[in-house]
Amino acid sequence: MERGDVSLNGIKIMFGSVKVLENLDLDVAKSEFLVLLGPSGCGKSTLLNAVAGLIDVKDGQIWIGGRNVTWEEPKDRGIAMVFQSYALYPRMTVRGNMSFGLKVSGTPAAEIARRVEEAAQMLRISDLLDRRPSELSGGQRQRVAIGRALVRKVGVFLFDEPLSNLDAQLRAELRVEIKRLHQQLGATMIYVTHDQIEALTLADRIAVMHGGVIQQLDTPAKIYREPKNRFVASFVGSPAMNFIDGRIEAGATFDGGGLRVPLAGYAFAGNPASGPATLGIRPEHVVTGSDAREGAFDATVELVEPMGADSLVWCRSPGGAAFSMRLPGDTAVRSGDRQRASFPAASLSLFDSTNGKRL
Amino acid sequence: MNVIEPTGPRPKRTSPARVGLYAFLAISALFFLAPLYVMVVTSLKTMDEIRGGYILSLPSELTFAAWTKAWSSACTGLNCNGIRVGFFNSVRILVPSVIVSIAVGSLTGYALSFWRVRGADLIFGALMVVAFIPYQIFIYPLVRIFSMAGINQTLFGIVIIHTIFGLPTMTLLFRNYFASLPPELFKAARVDGAGFLQIFRSIMLPMAIPMIVVAVILQVTGIWNDFILGLVFAGRENLPMTVQLNNIVNSTQGERAYNVDMAATMLTALVPLVVYFGSGRWFVRGIAAGAVKG
Repeated sequence: MERGDVSLNGIKIMFGSVKVLENLDLDVAKSEFLVLLGPSGCGKSTLLNAVAGLIDVKDGQIWIGGRNVTWEEPKDRGIAMVFQSYALYPRMTVRGNMSFGLKVSGTPAAEIARRVEEAAQMLRISDLLDRRPSELSGGQRQRVAIGRALVRKVGVFLFDEPLSNLDAQLRAELRVEIKRLHQQLGATMIYVTHDQIEALTLADRIAVMHGGVIQQLDTPAKIYREPKNRFVASFVGSPAMNFIDGRIEAGATFDGGGLRVPLAGYAFAGNPASGPATLGIRPEHVVTGSDAREGAFDATVELVEPMGADSLVWCRSPGGAAFSMRLPGDTAVRSGDRQRASFPAASLSLFDSTNGKRL
Repeated sequence: MNVIEPTGPRPKRTSPARVGLYAFLAISALFFLAPLYVMVVTSLKTMDEIRGGYILSLPSELTFAAWTKAWSSACTGLNCNGIRVGFFNSVRILVPSVIVSIAVGSLTGYALSFWRVRGADLIFGALMVVAFIPYQIFIYPLVRIFSMAGINQTLFGIVIIHTIFGLPTMTLLFRNYFASLPPELFKAARVDGAGFLQIFRSIMLPMAIPMIVVAVILQVTGIWNDFILGLVFAGRENLPMTVQLNNIVNSTQGERAYNVDMAATMLTALVPLVVYFGSGRWFVRGIAAGAVKG
């Protein structure tokens, strides 16, 4: 196994005259699982393609395994890639697909056979080796595509939205598979997705991207609990975080939506100041019923969305601000009910109303 | 009033429009089949019977003499070896021309679709413009160029000519096909370490087999039916069947042997006819995909 640390310095990528990425730095440690997360068009796939060598950079350097590979061909970079559309060679069998790259590089036949067998066993596709891709289901195809990457025995694996074409159940299944592979192989993995569940479950670190800029690079827990700005807060988490516009008074209370939320216990990033702000709270952090503490209020239930294990309850604050809270799946709350609730300061996120930065 | 509750398949009604449509189709079919019918029956008659008129009647005694004569002993000027000479010439022109034009066209189409060559759009645009310029304009300059290069009036020359004139259509056909493939396939092959030709040979070409079939159909019919290029560039020794047919039909002395002419024409049309009948489905696809020149 090759060394697999990846380092991007000052990457700039243009599509014609359109600037997609500029001055982007990113370091991925060996054996790390890094997820590039963002909405479509944020430049995450472009970045991955640049790492693979499939797109030329306009400026900057790409280092993989301690080598400057900025000008090198994809095959020489010590990477393997898995694509959203599987990109299996349709006229070859599964075995042909998996051994193509090795054949091209002149690997001895016995070694090819051994590696294909090994990868196939790992992915439980040994009995599919003589089939054509058209005879496989979506999940099987993606397994084969991962297998094709595995046989290359490289230090860095690149995944470009590999699960996006699969249905929910298969996606969950393969997600676990990929995570297990990562633990087994100890290889570096860079994984592009727009699905924040995939990002949260798989990543050692997540880089949330928007508009060609990395908004936040952190562990999933940190990204989830302490989003650096309003974009990260709204993009990560499902159901989404609630936002209420208002003002911070004397750095001690948040005033908005007809609520007065005490902020004692909130870890301000800088010095608490007064001024317009947005309060963010995740549905599961809303404290309800008899547990509600300081700043508790009565919310009007407007809609209940049962989701099995729990229910998402859409409410309106006395001042008319809409927000949702998470209640157990067997909750008896109905629309029209009144529900006691409070927002605990420790699990809040406060954002500057003008630039969206975390306060 | 008796109301029927709708259940099961909707009852089919024959509307006047439908009757009219079928009538039109039947008449059109007859219109196009009639000449073929006349040709077949005439070629199977003796000259005596043809002289008696009755162009539509079936032959009173079936004879294949005209066919044999057309094939092996009909005269073009002083040569009386039949149209078979032209047939084999055409085959010798056809086979290399089809292979080379498709090989080159698929390669250029591949290069223009996946490898964003600098100025690819410009090259492609130029190719398309040229595709619409009538052949006649090129003929004289090409004759000059070819004779300077010493390949005018040779088999090699005519193969080059067919390759050049097939290039725009072939390139368009393959470019459009390759452009419809997911680009990730190409990326995957590059990550796997395959180069320009390796990707073409191992991945793209096997996928393009339907397009190759279409291209073969287009080129076989096109090259086989060619008259003017063969006449100008092939040279006396290699005149294709179409030219030979013209010579047989137009150089007859004395009585016109209609049965032999008909038979010779049928023989010449046989190859495209077989291709059409044998590949109807593919051919329609080719027209839809090529959509530029039939």
